[in-house]
Amino acid sequence: MRYLPLTDADRSAMLSVIGAGSIDELFADVPAEARLSAPIAGLPGHASEMAVERHMARLSANNVTAGSVPFFLGAGAYRHHVPATVDHLIQRGEFLTAYTPYQPEIAQGTLQVLFEFQTQVARLFGTDVANASLYDGSTACWEAIAMAGRITKRGKAVLSGGAHSHYVETARTMAKFTGDVLDTVAPELTPTPDDAALIARIDGETSCVVVQYPDILGRIPDLAAIAAAAQAKGALLIAVVTEPVALGVLQSPGSLGADIVVGEGQSIGVGLQFGGPYLGLFGCREKYLRQIPGRLCGETVDADGKRGFVLTLSTREQHIRREKATSNICTNSGLCALAFSIHMTLLGGSGLSDMAKLSHAAARKTAAALADVPGVTVVNTHYFNEFAITLPKDARQVVRDLADRQVLGGVSLGRLYPQEAALANGMVVAATECTTDEDIAALAAALKEVLA
Amino acid sequence: MNAINPTGWRPSMGENVPGAPIQTFTGNRGLQLEEALLFELGLPDRSGVDFPETDSIDLSALGPMARTERPNLPGLSEPETVRHYTRLSRQNYAIDLGLFPLGSCTMKHNPRLDEKVARMPGFADVHPLQPVHTVQGALSVINELAFWLIELTGMHGVAMTPKAGAHGELCGLLCIRAALEAKGDPRDVILVPESAHGTNPATAAFAGFKVENIPATPEGRVDSAALIARLGPDVAGVMITNPNTCGLFERDLKIIADAVHAAGGYVYCDGANFNAIVGRVRPGDLGVDAMHINLHKTFSTPHGGGGPGSGPVVLSEALSPFGPLPFTARQADGSVTLIEEEQAHEEHPQTFGRMCAFHGQMGMYTRALAYILSHGADGLRQVSGDAVLNANYILRSLDDVLDAPFGASGPCMHEALFSDDGFAEGFSTNDLAKGLIDEGYHPMTVYFPLVVHGAMLVEPTETESKAGIDQFVGAMRSLAERARAGDEMLKSAPHLAPRRRLDETLAARKPKLVWKED
Repeated sequence: MRYLPLTDADRSAMLSVIGAGSIDELFADVPAEARLSAPIAGLPGHASEMAVERHMARLSANNVTAGSVPFFLGAGAYRHHVPATVDHLIQRGEFLTAYTPYQPEIAQGTLQVLFEFQTQVARLFGTDVANASLYDGSTACWEAIAMAGRITKRGKAVLSGGAHSHYVETARTMAKFTGDVLDTVAPELTPTPDDAALIARIDGETSCVVVQYPDILGRIPDLAAIAAAAQAKGALLIAVVTEPVALGVLQSPGSLGADIVVGEGQSIGVGLQFGGPYLGLFGCREKYLRQIPGRLCGETVDADGKRGFVLTLSTREQHIRREKATSNICTNSGLCALAFSIHMTLLGGSGLSDMAKLSHAAARKTAAALADVPGVTVVNTHYFNEFAITLPKDARQVVRDLADRQVLGGVSLGRLYPQEAALANGMVVAATECTTDEDIAALAAALKEVLA
Repeated sequence: MNAINPTGWRPSMGENVPGAPIQTFTGNRGLQLEEALLFELGLPDRSGVDFPETDSIDLSALGPMARTERPNLPGLSEPETVRHYTRLSRQNYAIDLGLFPLGSCTMKHNPRLDEKVARMPGFADVHPLQPVHTVQGALSVINELAFWLIELTGMHGVAMTPKAGAHGELCGLLCIRAALEAKGDPRDVILVPESAHGTNPATAAFAGFKVENIPATPEGRVDSAALIARLGPDVAGVMITNPNTCGLFERDLKIIADAVHAAGGYVYCDGANFNAIVGRVRPGDLGVDAMHINLHKTFSTPHGGGGPGSGPVVLSEALSPFGPLPFTARQADGSVTLIEEEQAHEEHPQTFGRMCAFHGQMGMYTRALAYILSHGADGLRQVSGDAVLNANYILRSLDDVLDAPFGASGPCMHEALFSDDGFAEGFSTNDLAKGLIDEGYHPMTVYFPLVVHGAMLVEPTETESKAGIDQFVGAMRSLAERARAGDEMLKSAPHLAPRRRLDETLAARKPKLVWKED
């Protein structure tokens, strides 16, 4: 077995030091009736690297990959070009095979990366501080709602209809068990989000208002107005960013008054990966520092006075506070945070801005091409790189028919909201800097055929 | 001249004195290279990515929320980027460099085949919301892994989506909550042994339960008599780690499970240490109702400096109906299929709902499946055997110089536990741990479990050679003797790492979490 260095001679020598006759004897504490005396029957034995690679390659080939066809899916996961440097650097063994930096003297690499990551996220979000990452955007969103409850001591969260359905469902699951009340509505296929209706739902019991920016239909809510209305009622504004590239051309949520900003970092550095692992981003005002969930990295000095970094404020965390912790989170998404940080470093402010502008330009071209397809209506007035369209029939079937023509054309709203009949003919279409004019022409032509 | 950057690491060069450490102009020490912060190196208009010209792009469709200034984020060219991160990487310890004996964390070799497989385009470059018929290969990976996890644990179903161990704990407890609610049973107490991981009580509280601690026996196992005596109509269940955090197998788990079931509760097993028993015993045969499996421990997906992890939860027949969406369960014909929202009302109507967006940690599933297929049923059994052999070898090679509080409790499992009993006055576990850094090792887990004074939990894993372990034992013996003798140099260790001991009090008292220009 290529991963196991011990030889039989080693094993014998070690057993004699221990004073045991066999490895099986070391498992004497396992009740005899449950102890297995041989490998589990019916399962295959060990396999060579070549055999495993062949099997996995066969499974890999049985998928339509985003890069191989005209591709327009978004709805919380976006295909952006990731420079080769990112994947090369995250595979350095000193990053890949390190643990959570509990021993800071020999983990300054990871710790400095996390400090830089926190600063990048805070600047992107326009918040005072940011944490060292959470699992993904959906779980970060719930953590923010829970944190707003702790800060305001109120138990009702108002969620905008523009919030991603999976994020809402994740929060609904948690709220069922914590006793929090979630005030939710389904999105409506209107050209602009109804910010006034959202504001009208905020009352004196509201802990927070959760607003996705841009929203699930690609529309761009007026965060400043919502922030002012929420704060007037003593509630916090939580902005949710599922496409952080948007902040290359849109004002940051923090600068518009959001108290907590969470997001999905996947589109910078991480890749699609069929939904995970992704990267939960979390930033907020400095005054809420001690309520932040997850790991925080802070600057300090060592015994010689040299600058260094450590995990800090751990008295919030489960390994110290146990049942009184701010969250049960332990592992975060360290390697994805590294990928995000490297990609962001390669981009810089100007590169991020360029990538955002090119994505927006591709979306405009796509919207213009689709608007010319008979039966298609583009819903949005404003958008970044994603917009909604309505079709003359159920979009789930249209998406499948497009796929049969080797075009991955978008995400049907029926997939995200199976219970909402009013959304069944809706579809969201996303473009990025990867989208070519040929892709757009292919989508328009295929859609014309499918709808004919 | 010496001010390379405004807040840099080397304002000036000290004088070289014979016998004292050599001073250098840069602060570098040969191959040990210092590295400034990105914010001291980069500029917002510098970039390592080439894009076409964007000045002529019409931005009017962005509407009124468009920004007027570009984000204040520093960029670096590609060579500068490669150098920045490569230099930083060299300030980390890692499994690739040597033995990493963090007890309970399971730092074993990460096979590179698994990295290659995870990057195959059919797994890395597919979108989670693609039509199902375009991602059959990716779904097969989930189903194949689910099949193995069910077989290896002797359970009924598996919730694949939890994103890490603690998320898996939450999943298991939410299944218990949902099952009790379905019965109209308002139990709200979870019993947790005092040796448990901190995540256990934190998770139980997060899921809305009251937490009560159960003591350990003098031999390091949960006090099963005390636990069984506490059972009653208010107890929803127990959370037991097996093997436990003292490195011992909980012999009475089946007896406890039977009593918990008889009293109307459920058994959650923290599977963080499943690597010690995989292929040797199936938790399902011990009466477990739910157990998370840290794919990043037992099945060696890389820890990555703190995640991503992955924590699928295997479930008994009693709890499977309540598992989260999307859910993977065995069908009557023996096949394993994935159920999403669209089919849930027919095929999985009692689900407690969704725990995260999409399908969980696909990139970890591919790696774990490649690991499992490489080892096979026979190799996995050897994995647990060698891990336990290595730990017992360390236990018996050190128990004459280090106190092994449960050394008389029989063989340990995959980790050996020591205490600081016998160290000179004023010397603690932390001093020995920091001394290990100078010897070129990452320290073991320290001060955990809490039931032992100055705990040192050593987990070598199965991917260490005997020669490598012998050298580690030698270093540990030397350090133990220095701690017993009161060697003052140990108090200020490490002396040879990129940094000396860091001021954690200062970091917490004046939190500085983001870089700001002075």
